[in-house]
Order: sequence, then structure tokens, then C-alpha cells
Amino acid sequence: MATKAFQKIYTKITQVTKATCTLKAAGVGNEELATVNGKLAQVVKIMGDEITLQVFEGTEGIPTNAEVIFLGKAPTLKVSEQLAGRFFNAFGEPIDGGPEIEGEDREIGGPSVNPVRRLQPSELIATGIAGIDLNNSLVSGQKIPFFADPDQPFNQVMANVALRAKADKIILGGMGLTNDDYLYFKNVFNNAGVLDRIVSFVNTTENPPVERLLIPDMVLTAAEYFAVDHNQKVLVLLTDMTLYADALSIVSNRMDQIPSKDSMPGSLYSDLAKIYEKAVQFPAGGSITIIAVTTLSGGDITNAVPDNTGYITEGQLFLRRDSDIGKVIVDPFRSLSRLKQLVIGKKTREDHPQVMNAAVRLYADAANAKTKLENGFDLTNYDERALSFAKDYSETILAIDVNIGTEEMLNETWKLFSRYFRVEEVNIKQEFVGKYWNQ
Amino acid sequence: MSTTGKVKGIISNLVIVEVDGPVSQNEICYIETGDAKLMAEVIKIIGVNAYVQVFESTRGLTVGSNVEFAGHMLEVTLGPGLLSRNLDGLENDLDKMEGVFLRRGEYTFPLDENKLWDFKPLAKAGDTVEAGSWLGEVDENAQSHKIMVPFVIEGSYTVKSIAKEGQYKIFDTIAVIVDAQGKELQINMVQKWPVKKAITCYKEKPRPYRLLETGVRIIDTANPIVEGGTGFIPGPFGTGKTVLQHAISKQADANIVIMAACGERANEVVEIFVEFPELEDPHTGRKLMERTIIVANTSNMPVAAREASVYTAMTIAEYYRSMGLKVVLMADSTSRWAQALREMSNRLEELPGPDAFPMDLSAIIANFYARAGFVHLNNGATGSITFIGTVSPAGGNLKEPVTESTKKVARCFYALEQRRADSKRYPAVNPIESYSKYIEYPEFEEYISTLIAPDWIAKVNEMKTLLQRGKEIQEQINILGDDSVPIDYHVTFWKSELIDFVILQQDAFDKIDAVCPIERQNFMLNLIMDVCRADYQFNNFVDVMDYFKRIINIGKQMNYAEFQSDDFKKYIQQLNELLAEHQV
Repeated sequence: MATKAFQKIYTKITQVTKATCTLKAAGVGNEELATVNGKLAQVVKIMGDEITLQVFEGTEGIPTNAEVIFLGKAPTLKVSEQLAGRFFNAFGEPIDGGPEIEGEDREIGGPSVNPVRRLQPSELIATGIAGIDLNNSLVSGQKIPFFADPDQPFNQVMANVALRAKADKIILGGMGLTNDDYLYFKNVFNNAGVLDRIVSFVNTTENPPVERLLIPDMVLTAAEYFAVDHNQKVLVLLTDMTLYADALSIVSNRMDQIPSKDSMPGSLYSDLAKIYEKAVQFPAGGSITIIAVTTLSGGDITNAVPDNTGYITEGQLFLRRDSDIGKVIVDPFRSLSRLKQLVIGKKTREDHPQVMNAAVRLYADAANAKTKLENGFDLTNYDERALSFAKDYSETILAIDVNIGTEEMLNETWKLFSRYFRVEEVNIKQEFVGKYWNQ
Repeated sequence: MSTTGKVKGIISNLVIVEVDGPVSQNEICYIETGDAKLMAEVIKIIGVNAYVQVFESTRGLTVGSNVEFAGHMLEVTLGPGLLSRNLDGLENDLDKMEGVFLRRGEYTFPLDENKLWDFKPLAKAGDTVEAGSWLGEVDENAQSHKIMVPFVIEGSYTVKSIAKEGQYKIFDTIAVIVDAQGKELQINMVQKWPVKKAITCYKEKPRPYRLLETGVRIIDTANPIVEGGTGFIPGPFGTGKTVLQHAISKQADANIVIMAACGERANEVVEIFVEFPELEDPHTGRKLMERTIIVANTSNMPVAAREASVYTAMTIAEYYRSMGLKVVLMADSTSRWAQALREMSNRLEELPGPDAFPMDLSAIIANFYARAGFVHLNNGATGSITFIGTVSPAGGNLKEPVTESTKKVARCFYALEQRRADSKRYPAVNPIESYSKYIEYPEFEEYISTLIAPDWIAKVNEMKTLLQRGKEIQEQINILGDDSVPIDYHVTFWKSELIDFVILQQDAFDKIDAVCPIERQNFMLNLIMDVCRADYQFNNFVDVMDYFKRIINIGKQMNYAEFQSDDFKKYIQQLNELLAEHQV
């Protein structure tokens, strides 16, 4: 960041913590950017003439006589068509060796959309993964996280979803991404020949954690540029939001704030909501869909991060390794897409809602039978049929390596119904049974 | 002269203002910044420093900015024209705001100043009136909207003059009243009221007892809520809170429905915006939106506005109750509201209570629920606010502070359960954990026995006992195995499954099954209980299961069929034939 003429330079820092420094200054605005010995920082607290700055890179080596320059503006991103195909860091600077972006300087973290101006999301995003398309259909304008333990292949699934989804732009926000995962995304996008419609903002584990805080706003400013200015359908991928939340707690801790639940700042809900609510279907046709990753610790969803996320997002997708088939499936019990009601049976075939529900209900019966089996009880004939059904259902429908169209998923499920059950055991509306049973 | 001040400190949306005069707790102020004035509320005062929470983003705000204090608490404007509006948590009319994005500092008046209303006087010169007395009425979407003596006045007044029947705008004077000292007060159709204070212009608040029909069987039949009652729906996310709440708001037999979307997902708010204008009120045949007010505060709007939104909604509900109307207020979700309280308490550096919520959380919740209720107005009419809040306990743990505090005050408990939702048994309300305290009220029993049937409550209790027994047997089967319990037990278990599938479960997305009128609920309960009361003969438990699955299937098909249609009757016949097979 170059200095301009006549900018006031402050050189008396009164307090330094691991993430912040405090100095006396006048006329500074809340959330304004500054540089501290060239390191980017942002105003997070003003108390009289005392200004507290959050230094994104961390405060290592910052002396009390460091040069502090206030930039008079909140963080911005240069937006233009040139963003497409490029990789940036958390400050919106290219990291791919390419040229600087020319374009309009836009403040990140802008205002929210008036809810009465939003359109109701109504377009199916097909992924070819039945655990998603059949049981938890995604809709453009939706926001949904993968809740997953760190060992699960969520980044692979997300990359697959990104490639199969019909989006004009895909914007990746990597927060605390390992270098390997970053290269994985880069490779997958490159090999699929779609790099030109992908924009990436990446903070790897090699970068300071506080920088991550800028990634979602950078990503969403770029997303709004394409969705609002160019009416494009934008798919945003954020991974991993738990690491973003961790960065929030680091900053609040270093500012001596009283921690709220699970050591997270009290504002966690508002902080997450500001990001996720950027998912929207605009009236002019553009849309922003957000698929995020929230890693869990040992499947614990009561932790403040997944808990607050669950309040804000429209469902969640759980991945689970199914020991019966030895593959990863999208868990039909714990996963949910709240907006699926807007498309299933409307944009997809009429029998979709009932087939989906019946299959999951029968899958639940199989889970009960399994418990019985584990407790050493005899199984009824029905139990055994339910178990066989569940295994086939996992193998041919739920496994994430299956890639088929929604209609095919429905037909396959009907086949499984008639293979293992009698009509009255499936509890589906008569008119659909008449049409699709044994077809 | 009103108090002014200057900004001294900024920590996110908490701003410290040094004041030059008196300020009061919860007073509203406006902070000048660049192009806009930001609304804020005083939440703490220490010496000359007022701590204010700003209802908007504080980006760019500088120390030294001017602040004007308004001299009153956060108020809402009350008057004809609120119905059908989409308001935000501070009562701005969202439809009047231009542009796709919300602009900071943009406030819009919730009413229409130029619309002409057909006014009919109800009072006449010489009448004695007091706060809340009805002076006249206008027709607002087929509801009789009463123009009342402002709630803020004290003592009794005499009507000096009142406008003749005719067309008036909201700010036209429609009456002049005088107090004992001869001081005159001109009254128009608009009044203001501070949202955090309850409107109590009524004579008494007796125990509520009239059934509020919702068309949802697991509520009306199993755990009824009454006009003026309180209830809450806790459930882990994904168990169907919102679907259930929407079903109630679409179907409830009420004059006015207010939906407070408190920190709600914007896309779910949009669902209400899009659906309600299209849907018909099942009770009147008019459009649902005509009797609905939406107070929408999406989750990314500032936290202070989220906290205010439930109060704004409740105050509007109290206003319509004072007109003798039946109001249903739904808040989704009160957990997000509690989180807003937690966030501000944290920002104020208060010592945290359980789960970091403020220590007085349960008192705040209790106080809020207490504003609902059934009332006798001073003129003998009745009005009610039925309040149903949803709670989203972290990970489904019902021992967390918001659920516990709510359980102490709400009279109906609709416990949504993860396991039920997993197996797609919707509504996922646990039939055994859930309760309605109103069933125990003798005045309710008397009312319901006349409305439905004298043995109704006895029959419902019989059904619940059977469900309980079914659950116990299921546990025994899980411990002992199918073979080790008597066949009778299997029969009882499957009777409880029959009740579950046909009475308790309901398809909110099916045109017919979504709404079940009380008459039909009565018919179905009688039918299913008759099946349950009969004795059956079986050779083994597998036959029991097969047989009852066939009965359940017929019952479900009945729920999908138009009541008393040919199809419906055909299923009854099939059922009777089936019953003859194994009945003793």
C-alpha cells in the first residue's frame, strides 16, 4: 500500500497485543483501513481518541514507533470481468503471478438485500449425487453447509458439485485451506477446463489466521458484482467456515472481550448471518448460491459454530461413511435442504416428494432392524427385507460416487420398492403407485 | 430543549455518547453520520455517558458525531392500514424502500397518509370515554378497525364532538374529547405506543378457554391451544418448526395473524411474502394476506433491530386485540431473539449467566409471554392474542436456558423430535412429551364438550394412554425381542402405530391433508378409536404387523381424500371389510 502526499503519519502506539494495536488519533471512522508499518489493519474499536486496530497479519515485530497511516476507507475489492479465472489472497491481490486487476473499487461487506425485493428461489441445482438431488435438492439462491468431520471428503464433493452445477461463475473462498487442498481445487478446475469461470480467494494455513476474516466478504463482493451487474448465476464455495469462526474468536480474545458460548464472540450469529444471507435470487435473474463447509469436532453439532450455522442456513448436508457398502454417503437422516419443497414435484417429476419420504422412512425401518440384530434378536421377514433394501439403496442411490439424473434416481428407487416391499408397506399415494409401481 | 450529545466511543454497534442533559433508559436517539441519521436506543447510562445500541451498521462513524435524543422510547405507529404490510423490526414499510439493497438510515412511514377510509362513528357527543374506548370504525380488509381513544391518556373524558359518517384520511380529526378541567384533545386515526410497554386498556384478563382451531390434528385433537393461549415449539433445526408454524398461521381461525420473523432466514421470509398473497383463508375464502401483517427482520439485519422486532409485533397485536379481535402472533424464532439479547449483553460486558445468556433472560421471556391473553374489554367485548413462539435449542437439548425459561411460562408445549423427523413422521411433534395445560381447565372441558362431543376429552386421553402403552411395548420389544412378548402386546403396539400414522401424522404439503377441520378430526378420532377398542385374533406377530399396515394404508388414503367424498366412503367400506377379517 503506497502512501499518498499529505497523509498524517502516526508513530506513537500505546498498546500492542498479538492481533491488535492501539494509538491516539483523530477523525478516524469505524471499520476504516490503516497500515501499520505497511501491514494492513482495520479499526475495530474507538474510545475517545484511542483507536484500536486489528492487524491482519498479526503484530509480530511491530514497534511502538511503527508508522500508522489511516486510509480513509473500509476494505475494498477491485471488480471487473478481469476477476474471472484468477486467484487472489485475502486482500484481493493476485497470487497467480498475473497482472493487477483494473476495475471499480468496491467496499466489501455491503448492505443487505431488502427481503421484499428478493425473488423466491425456484431453480433446481442438479449435482448428480442422489443424496443431494433426490433427498435434499439444492435450489439456486440457497445457502447450505456440509457438516463434516475433518477426515471426510467434503472438498472433493464440493468440487464435484461445483463442476456439475450449471453456474456462470464459481467463486471459491478458501479459509485456512491446506496448500494441498488449494492445489487440489486448482487442478480439478484446470483439468475440467473451467478455470475461466472460476474466481478464487485463498488464505492457506501458511497465511496468518486473522486474514481469513476478509475472505468471505471479498468472495461475496465479487459474487454480487457478477450477480447484480451481469445478472449471472453465481455459485459460492466457502471452506472451511469453522476456521473463519476460529479467527473471530482469536480476535475477540485478544481484544479482551468476554467470551460467549464455546469461547466464540457474542456476535457470532450476526457475523455468520452477514455472510450467509448474501445468498439470494435477484429479481433481474442473477443469483448467489452458497455452499459452505463447517467442520465438526467428533460430529458435535451443539458447538456454537454448527449450531449458529444451522439457524442461519437453509439446511445442512452430512457425509457419513456407510460400513455396509464401504462408501461415503449423504446421510439421509441428518441432512436437510429446506428449500427443496420449492422444486421437488414441481421442477422434478410429480412423484418425487412421496418417493423421497417413503425411501427414507423405509431406511429408518432398516436402522431399527439393525439395532435389533446388534442386540441379538431374531429378525422378522420384514426386517430382513428392509435391511436388503437399505443396502441396495445406499449402494445404487446414496453413495456419492453415483452420478445420475433425478428421473433415473426416482425410477431406481421405485424398482427397489417393488423388489423388497408390498404396495401397502410403502405408503405412497395411490395415483403414483398406479403409475410407477413395477414400471 | 431536548438533549443532544456527541459520539465518544464505538465498538461495533454499541456507541457511547456523551450527553448534555437528561436521558432515559431505552430512549431513542439519532446519530448523524455523513449521508444518514442512524437510529439507536439507550441501553445503559453511566454518568454523562449513554450507551446506545445502533439499529444499523456503524461503518465510517467517527468520534465527535452529533447525536439528537428523541425524548421517547422506541414507538410504533398504530392506525388503519397496517394489515397486509411487510414491515421490518422497527416498523418501516419495506415495500416503500426503493432499490434492491437496504439503505442505511432510510426510515419509511408504515401507513398511507392519503388513503380515504369510510369512517362510521360508534360514540356520540356526551359519551364518557377512557383510553381504548371505541370512537368509531373503518373497514380494513373486511375487519372492523376501531378508532380508539389513545392508549396513553389517563382518566375519563367526555366526547365533545365526533365526525359524521364519511371518508377521512388518517390524520383528519375524527373526534374532540374534553377532560374534567375542560381541556380539549383532538383525535385522529393514528396513535403511537412504546413497544416495550404492554397495552393494558382492558377490564380483566380471565383464563382463556375457547379452542383455537388450527386444522393440525396433533394440535387440535391431542394438545389444543386456546384463543389467548400461549404455546411454544422447540426443536432442533430441521425438525419442521417453520413448516408447522406456517401451517398454523395459514389455517388458524383468527381475525388477524401477525408473523414476527425474528432474525429469520430471508428466503423463508420470502416464502411468506410469495405464498400468502396467493393463499385463501380457509375460514373466510378471502386472501390470507388481507388479515396478515409480517414483521420481517432477516438474520443479517442489525442485531438491535432483531431484538426490537418481537416487541413491535406484540404491540401491533395488542392494538388489534383492543378492537375486540382474535389475533394470532407467531414468532420465529425466540431463540434468535434471545441470541440478540446475549449479543448485546456480551457487548456491554455484563457477567454472563448460563450458556452466556444474560442473567435476566427468563424474566424477559416470562414478561413477554405474559402480554398474550384473552381479555374482556371495558365495553364488554372480548379480544385475544394467542402467542406461539418457536425455540431452536442447540443440538436439540431441551435443557438449555431459552427452552427452560419458555417452558415455565408457555402453557402448550409442542416438542419436535429429531427421531420422529428422521423417520419422516411429520409433524415431528412428540405425542408423549408434548402437552397442553388447557385440557386441565374445567372451563375448557365444558366448552369443548359442547363444541365437539361430551366424551371428547375422555377419548383423547384414552388415545394418549394407548400411545404411551405402545411406546412402552416398543421398548420391551427392543429389550426382549419380538418373540418374547405376547401377541396381545404386538396388537396394542400396532394400535398405537395406527393412531400415529392416521391421526398424528399429517402431510402439510398435500392440498387436502394440510387442513383438517375439527369436524373431520372428530370423525377420524372416533373411527380410529373404534378400531383400537375392538379385540382381534391372530396366530403370530407377523400377521399383526401385516394386518395393521393394511389398515394404516387405508387410513392414510382417507386423509388424502376429500372428506365424505365417494373415495373417502370407498375407503371406509374397505376398512370395514378388513376389520371383519380378524375382529373377534
